[in-house]
Amino acid sequence: MNIEPVPGGPGTVAPRAPEPLSRRSRASALLTLAVRHPAVVPTGAVVLAVLIGAAIVLAAGLNPISAYSAVLAGALDLENLDYTFSVWALICGMALAAAIPLRMGEFNLGGNGQMVLGGLAAAFIAGQLDLPSILLIPLAVVAAGVVAGAFGAISAPLSTRYGIPIIISTLLLSPVAVAIVSYLLRFQLGEAGSAVAQTERFPDSAHMWALGSLSYSNMGLILIIVLMALFWLVDSRSAVGFELRVIGANRRFASYGGVRVGRLAFGAMAASGAVAGVVGAIIVLSPPYRLVDGALLSPGYTFAGLAAALLAGGRPAFVPLTAALFTILQVGGGGMERSADVPRQLSDVLQGVVIIVLALRTIVDSRRTGRSATS
Amino acid sequence: MNVFEWGFVAAVLLAATPILYSSLAGALSSQVGVFNIALEGQMLWGAFAAVAGSFYTGSAWAGVLIAVVTTALFSVTLAVGSARWGADPIVIAIGTNLFALGITGFLMRVLFDVSGTFSPRGLQGLDKMSFLAEIPVLGPVFAGQTALVPLAFVFIVVIGLWLKLTPSGLRLRGVGEHPEAASSLGIKVASYQMWVTIAGGALCGIAGAQLSLGNVTVFTENMTAGRGWIAVAAVMLVMGRPLWLPVACLGFGAAEALGFRLQGIGAPQQLTDAAPYAITIAVLVGMRMWVTARNRRPSLSAQPVPLPSQPESTS
Repeated sequence: MNIEPVPGGPGTVAPRAPEPLSRRSRASALLTLAVRHPAVVPTGAVVLAVLIGAAIVLAAGLNPISAYSAVLAGALDLENLDYTFSVWALICGMALAAAIPLRMGEFNLGGNGQMVLGGLAAAFIAGQLDLPSILLIPLAVVAAGVVAGAFGAISAPLSTRYGIPIIISTLLLSPVAVAIVSYLLRFQLGEAGSAVAQTERFPDSAHMWALGSLSYSNMGLILIIVLMALFWLVDSRSAVGFELRVIGANRRFASYGGVRVGRLAFGAMAASGAVAGVVGAIIVLSPPYRLVDGALLSPGYTFAGLAAALLAGGRPAFVPLTAALFTILQVGGGGMERSADVPRQLSDVLQGVVIIVLALRTIVDSRRTGRSATS
Repeated sequence: MNVFEWGFVAAVLLAATPILYSSLAGALSSQVGVFNIALEGQMLWGAFAAVAGSFYTGSAWAGVLIAVVTTALFSVTLAVGSARWGADPIVIAIGTNLFALGITGFLMRVLFDVSGTFSPRGLQGLDKMSFLAEIPVLGPVFAGQTALVPLAFVFIVVIGLWLKLTPSGLRLRGVGEHPEAASSLGIKVASYQMWVTIAGGALCGIAGAQLSLGNVTVFTENMTAGRGWIAVAAVMLVMGRPLWLPVACLGFGAAEALGFRLQGIGAPQQLTDAAPYAITIAVLVGMRMWVTARNRRPSLSAQPVPLPSQPESTS
């Protein structure tokens, strides 16, 4: 069930020729190193997926070049860039929530539940407390992180004590949280007399601070960038980050080497859930400044983020880039539909194809190393 | 609201059937050691293929056949990728679920030029077993159902007994139980995994067809709406043992049917939405605690550790 969390990570690159190299073999060694560069696999997967997507568009009797250029134009048009960045922040956040457990070889499939609980906590603070903005917004975001983090952390003891894998417990707990929040919105916290299950509009003091005159991107974008930077720092510069990757590489070895697996898993799942919760808070504290039933889940940020994290192999340096790719697909899909008359569902198709191609990279590995991949 | 009426039993069966087929697929996969979370996407594809097949051929059963065949083909990626090439079935499944969601919506636009819902005039749904209508108990329960509903139980019993009682079933279970041991007895582990996963795809095709041509006669975007995940929960709840699936699936089906009725009278439906998942996680934790407690007992009473038995001669 564990994926290789660090393709081409420490230990896999082995220049194993100590004798002086001829020019030719040195060139091939360099080539091997270049091919083994961690960016090669995701790039190759994206290129292949783009080609497969083009084939699908062609087969449908449409023009792939105009489809792709419409995607790029739709997402990267100067007028849309503000909106694109706001979506990027959310997908990047969910990618981060997926990437943290991925570092220890675990999947967090419960992003939906964690995000919605975070949104609920933020909405509760924003709607109930009468505080100045400078206190209210940080309090709402922190509350979201704490609630969602605690919820995410449940999966760690369930795994280490009860032997229920994290992927299964997150998968099962998430719909429960979604249902609870939906229930509360419809019957307890919802705005009276509204046909839609939603909270009342929050007071102005609970509106996430704007970034200059931008209408979509707000301080949430900065917050996500800070969290990304923090993840990069912890992952590459701290013992905790190293130990997390050791767990991913070999759990029993990590345990033998003195890594406290249970504790670290708890911390990682708490951090993962907290980030998802913060994403929920950012959505809720942005227009329309309400918690609306189902509105957090319908754009599919969780699985877009998961896909981005998988494509990045959980590497902090790659996550913003892969998240940007999936953001462009998601935001540009609408533009493609309008200007090139290609259904926007092509975006989902491409997301899926990228992940399938990425997963099937093992076909290359098994050919190259000549080992049989059968278990 | 009367729960104890035949109409409610019929509603439970209707809700349970797609989950029965798809969870059987998941249970078979889990028996050969493949964690299959691609059920949602495969069922969605099956639902689309069934409607498209019925639309083009004018026959609902041809639609079912097309759904079965194409969904089996759809699952080849997962089957071959995970069994032959050692790819991670979870990652492939995440990819194929996204792909299924996208491609069904895409094809609906390209082929039929509609978005959201596809229900052309004259689309053939599966025949109901109305010849049963006169019979006392069977009538109200089964007369409004398709033949796929009772067939699900036949499938489950036959496959469950096959796994339990036959040599080939034993081999299949051995593949999941201990791949190395199975392999050392000459069982082709990868082949078993591959073909079982493809057969699971065919079952998900039936599940989808029942959903789009049996329960209703329409295809809507993302119409599986989490049923594949409920099937995954059912598989975990029964620990992959097919013969227990009816219990889990009828329970989950009852939750769904009850949810519909609650929604009808304005009561919270969310409770029944969450029930399958909450029950599954509670049972998993509870069983684990029970097993731990049971294992602790002998050591407390300081029983002698039994000597390792003689190695059994394997035929």
